[in-house]
Amino acid sequence: MNGFAPRDDIMPWSRTPRTRMEVARPAFPDELAPLAMQGADLPRGLLAGGLQRSYGDSCINDGGALIEMTGLDRFICFDRTSGLLEAEAGVSLAAILKLVIPAGFFLPVTPGTKFVTLGGAIANDVHGKNHHRAGTFGRWIRSLSLLRSDGREHTVSDDDASGLFAATIGGLGLTGIITRATLQLMPIASSNMAVETIPFGNLAEFFALSAVSDASHDYTVAWIDCLAKGDLLGRGIFTRARHASDGVLRVKPPGGPSIPIDAPGFLLNRFSIAAFNEVYFRLAGRARQSTMSYDPFFYPLDAIGNWNRMYGPRGFYQYQSVVPPEVAAEVTAEMLRAISDARQGSFLAVLKTFGDMTSPGLLSFPRRGTTLALDFANRGGPTLWLLDRLDAIVREAGGRLYPAKDGRLPPAMFRAGHPALDQFTTHLDPGMSSTFWRRMTP
Amino acid sequence: MITSPNPLRVLILGAGSGIAQATARLYAAEGATVGLAGRNVERLAVIAADLKARGAAATESFDVDFTATDAAATLAGMVAKLGGLDHVILAYGVLGDQALADRDEAAAMAIIDVNFRSAAAWTLAVANLLERQGKGSLVVLGSVAGDRGRRSNYVYGAAKAGLAVLVQGISHRFRGVGPRAVIVKPGPTDTAMTAGMAKGGPMWVTPEAVAAVVRKAADSGGPVVYAPGRWWLIMAIIRNIPASIFNKMNF
Ligand SMILES: Cc1cc2nc3c(=O)[nH]c(=O)nc-3n(C[C@H](O)[C@H](O)[C@H](O)COP(=O)(O)OP(=O)(O)OC[C@H]3O[C@@H](n4cnc5c(N)ncnc54)[C@H](O)[C@@H]3O)c2cc1C
Repeated sequence: MNGFAPRDDIMPWSRTPRTRMEVARPAFPDELAPLAMQGADLPRGLLAGGLQRSYGDSCINDGGALIEMTGLDRFICFDRTSGLLEAEAGVSLAAILKLVIPAGFFLPVTPGTKFVTLGGAIANDVHGKNHHRAGTFGRWIRSLSLLRSDGREHTVSDDDASGLFAATIGGLGLTGIITRATLQLMPIASSNMAVETIPFGNLAEFFALSAVSDASHDYTVAWIDCLAKGDLLGRGIFTRARHASDGVLRVKPPGGPSIPIDAPGFLLNRFSIAAFNEVYFRLAGRARQSTMSYDPFFYPLDAIGNWNRMYGPRGFYQYQSVVPPEVAAEVTAEMLRAISDARQGSFLAVLKTFGDMTSPGLLSFPRRGTTLALDFANRGGPTLWLLDRLDAIVREAGGRLYPAKDGRLPPAMFRAGHPALDQFTTHLDPGMSSTFWRRMTP
Repeated sequence: MITSPNPLRVLILGAGSGIAQATARLYAAEGATVGLAGRNVERLAVIAADLKARGAAATESFDVDFTATDAAATLAGMVAKLGGLDHVILAYGVLGDQALADRDEAAAMAIIDVNFRSAAAWTLAVANLLERQGKGSLVVLGSVAGDRGRRSNYVYGAAKAGLAVLVQGISHRFRGVGPRAVIVKPGPTDTAMTAGMAKGGPMWVTPEAVAAVVRKAADSGGPVVYAPGRWWLIMAIIRNIPASIFNKMNF
């Protein structure tokens, strides 16, 4: 039987804040209920943890207990005909892909890293480059089992009337411990992707390309040059893709240089924004079509282990917002202007249009509109000042921020962006808590 | 799912351990038939479902207390259920509490009972079976702790040392007979057995890394295999440190 032991080496992906928690890592489901009850009794309560790929403080519980779920990584049932997969919550998306790709299936929705757990993907109701087609991860969860800190387990399906399902999808781990879930996979004919990259000169061109491509392609996303100003504001490279139909179903990317030159991994290896621009300019200019394995397409950063360390001891900030479609063009322009005025270019600036498929979760981040994700090296005061300025723009526009990416998100901003918060709180598990939650509800 | 017409039949003794589960997953992905023996049937059922989803042709669970069962007879029953046997992985063991074993004879004997007496009985039973059928592989999980006694775990180490010599002897006995026997000696591995130990250092490996060595050992190499391989060199050095120096060291 595994018990809790103090540890100080578990951090969010942004490597800040440092924490000290009582941590347990159960290996079998029957260990969970006693651990949950024990952890919930600690003064700061309990949180379930995945692979700590959240950037902010929503995946830690400083001074409290954390149950690392990664030891509970078993498959329960995989129907190779219907594509229904039931698994324990600690299994990683990487392990799922390894199992299901040879059988001709793929994740219906995937974030930009495969090193996240099933439970973590549900608790943040993650989104991918196909939001306009598939919505969020939670839309594909048919049922889940939730262990509450009173030791009782509830199984709820997507037609659950009690509201517990809706609260748990995107519920930041605060409604209990997700022990297992059933996911509807998506059939694919090939593990390759047919990818097209198209440079665009300004924001208006982005919105035009996005509108056309969202109708024709499964996956769409754009990289933006944050330092461009004036007429060039919002120029970047648009990527759109489909699953290829050539019939190869291979888990490992084929040998050879398969990482495309415009992958952010390549850019992140460059240590300055100046270098970013150099690469960017070499790329711009021509549209390209290529076929590549799913892996470098979806997970370019996974090829560089621990890339989060390149920002050094001061770490970095992720910032992801979504703003309503009616004001998206002008608000995005305003944000980009604020960034370039502040001369705080972001290595990684990603722009994407979210479609109109509503998320099932009460606290889910994605909603119809335009989302901008940014990555800023922590330069102290000036960086925080810029983020405050961006907050004001997003809030004014009626937008919201993504808690998974943000350890600084102000409580007022969180409340303003999540109108279903009060409804959500009725489903809170009184034994669960997180550093984030205590910050939001002082 | 592609399963070969004649799937490999593997029996895992102590199927609940971290290394055993990781090894079983490798066999499952090959489409093997996997026998799972252990004491907690509910946990074996959870493991069996996982292996089936991963592609195992079939699974059988066996509720066994290894220290309290007649190895040869029980083994015969398992083989009948599995329809034959190609590979056996003996993965059970307990670390025990050395500080307690220093003072308490019963605690010390319990460590030896599981890790040596019982493991030896099962190893010999499997050896006899493989010899009779003239083929098959036996892989036994030992430990680098069996290469040199040190105060923090020498009773466990002594039992694993005895087991290693036993398996080496069987490997010798098998020469020219057909079957193979290998002792795999993992270094510190991040499993439930070692939960609560600080695992900062570069010496720690994952159960998956050890499983890859175990799976390969069943096919080739041996009779003594370190997991990962670098432990061969480390232990060669450690074995040769003079006692006058070794006994002053603090590990
Ligand atoms: C390189 C990179 C790219 C990313 N790209 C995207 C993207 O494109 N889209 C996107 O949406 N996100 C993205 N993310 C964020 C990431 O997908 C989410 O933060 C994800 O939820 C992390 O999962 P995890 O398993 O690491 O969970 P953790 O970060 O450990 O935990 C996340 C939350 O889930 C909860 N949780 C974990 N397991 C359980 C459980 N079993 N039961 C209940 N609650 C649980 C935790 O309490 C916490 O609130 C990206 C992150 C990185 C590092």
